[in-house]
Amino acid sequence: MTFQEPIAEQMLESPPLAGIDAPAELSGVPGDLAALTIGVRGKPRSLWSDAWRRFRKNRIALLGLAWLFFLVFVAIFAPVIATNNPVKSDVATAGTLRQAAWIEDPNPMRTGSWKYPLGTDSIGRDVFSRLVYGTRVSLIVGFIPMLVILAVGVPFGLIAGYTGGRIDNLMMRITDVVYAFPALLLAIVMQISFGDTRVGGLLNGLVLLFLSLSIVNWTGVARLVRGTTLSLREKEYVEAARASGAPHARIVFKHIFPNTLGAIIVAGAFVIPSAIISEAVLSYLGVGLRPSVNLNSPFPTSWGQMILDGSKFYQAQLWMLLGPALAIASITLAFTFVGDGLRDALDPRQSD
Amino acid sequence: MLQFVLRRVIWLIPVIIVVSGVTFALMYRAPGGPWDLEKPLPPATVARLNEKFGLDKATWLDRDAVQVKVDEGVRNPIVLGGALLDTQFFNYLSRVFRGDLGPTYASQGTETVQQVIRNKFPISLRLGLVAVTFAVLVGIPLGVISAMRQNSFIDYACMFLSTLGIAVPTFVSGLVLLIILSQRFGISPIRRPEEWHSFFSTAYILPGIVLGLGTTAYITRLTRSSVLEIKEQDFVRTARAKGLSRSPVTLQHILRNALLPVITILGPAAADLITGSIIIETIFGAPGLGSLFVTSIGKRDYSTLVGITIFYASLIAIANILVDISYGILDPRIRTTR
Repeated sequence: MTFQEPIAEQMLESPPLAGIDAPAELSGVPGDLAALTIGVRGKPRSLWSDAWRRFRKNRIALLGLAWLFFLVFVAIFAPVIATNNPVKSDVATAGTLRQAAWIEDPNPMRTGSWKYPLGTDSIGRDVFSRLVYGTRVSLIVGFIPMLVILAVGVPFGLIAGYTGGRIDNLMMRITDVVYAFPALLLAIVMQISFGDTRVGGLLNGLVLLFLSLSIVNWTGVARLVRGTTLSLREKEYVEAARASGAPHARIVFKHIFPNTLGAIIVAGAFVIPSAIISEAVLSYLGVGLRPSVNLNSPFPTSWGQMILDGSKFYQAQLWMLLGPALAIASITLAFTFVGDGLRDALDPRQSD
Repeated sequence: MLQFVLRRVIWLIPVIIVVSGVTFALMYRAPGGPWDLEKPLPPATVARLNEKFGLDKATWLDRDAVQVKVDEGVRNPIVLGGALLDTQFFNYLSRVFRGDLGPTYASQGTETVQQVIRNKFPISLRLGLVAVTFAVLVGIPLGVISAMRQNSFIDYACMFLSTLGIAVPTFVSGLVLLIILSQRFGISPIRRPEEWHSFFSTAYILPGIVLGLGTTAYITRLTRSSVLEIKEQDFVRTARAKGLSRSPVTLQHILRNALLPVITILGPAAADLITGSIIIETIFGAPGLGSLFVTSIGKRDYSTLVGITIFYASLIAIANILVDISYGILDPRIRTTR
């Protein structure tokens, strides 16, 4: 799934974060009552502390967040956690496809041993250690394209939405054309085309992956930000700022951008799982990350690549496929939980 | 309305030009030529093939040809322009608009890309139809049920399942299903190639459903939230107050209005199904356009890759136009604003 749908869904019903100038509405208490209580307490709550309060109550989102922190921990301390070198093949088990540790096999060579918790792959590498190192690729391939997409999409949307008129029209036509590309097909074509260039070789091809995964998807964010900016531009407080002679840059950065942040964060949270899935798909098709034979490589393999390897041998060594498949499912599920939680917290009108 | 439709259709032209240009450029600079086979062809054959398919011409703009014409004393701008644009890219582009996507490199020019698409696309289309049918038939009722019983156990179960459907990529759920079926039940979902060629083949059921899982989840969520919104509106309250019983209100007043947003998702869903079909066809061994795209990667059959990309991009664009038009027909409110 791509992240376009949640955005489409948002644009559809989109009153963009309209609560900011009325914090009373955001707290979920009827307007006048909240105004009263705020008056009594004398301490207005900010949008962010309000959002955090709501997010904290969402148990499933917290669970997702905890799982993500755990995965970040695993990614950073992979060399300590991994039981073996993820690239080194054990000659003794090469070719035997040793089963996971708890599985008995008539063939003593294939009976599981805790030296290899999830067994070994076709050339005798430890599946568990590869899985641990794969966490790094999945996380980084989710985060960096998200940053690239926001870095391109947000200014683009802000400029188009704030300037309006002919420039806006032209910029939106550009996003329309880019949006027409089937994202995954273009990413595949990019990977083939630049795979053997210098950029394609950086960090086993990770840098190229960052580009391929963001080249189309920034349009969704650009459209979202533009839509939000368009409606914010007409708000009274922006008009007031303009009337008091504030320069355009100040209006955009002080008055409009902060109010689009909520929607941007939510969109960003949904970009990450879709980028992770796309990387896995590309690697599964054999055009993603390059397999590394370097024993010290920081990014030796990705879960998508492991699924590709595992799908060839799943009848003999189930965990070669099941391990990475469950890992990908768990990380995308966690990001979706967190994304849903953020949407409920930052944009209560959008939540179901 | 007509003007709106026309404008959208004309907008297809620049989209196709840009999509063709970019994919053509990317494939042009990709390593390996079209005639690089395991056994190298003799240079004379390569030269003849290149000439036959116009690959001996300049890539983008042929300035040299213009210079030659100018030296010959030609001043007619149309002739000069024709010489400038008589290049691989512009010849390809003009053929694309005539529906000719060129020869496939894998067949060394004996087969054209559009022939291959015509042969393979029906299989992908059937898969897509099963997916959409499943998504609509399951997603809408689930969404309505969870909205009508908001905060009940059924509601929570539906919402949890739809979150799963959205978050878990189809190729993971497809592979896991494949494992369960073949390891636990001994059923192999991989079918023989000829089974895919009859229209009502059971081969399509499982991959079609897996392909549609994500869309089903989206439709469930969207239906639920839009039914919840409509449920509270005045005209529904009026209908209830007038003594109409629950089911006609649900069917006639709520559903009719609540399903409008669901239509808008069908455009992006088309794009998702196309992306998904590439993986699902590969996993289940369906000989459709998606698995052709994957095998073409391995064969470095660039003309097929470019052709399929252009074909799918136009398909997605057309799907979006159809969605916009049907939305305009069904919702009179937006007709004037667009």
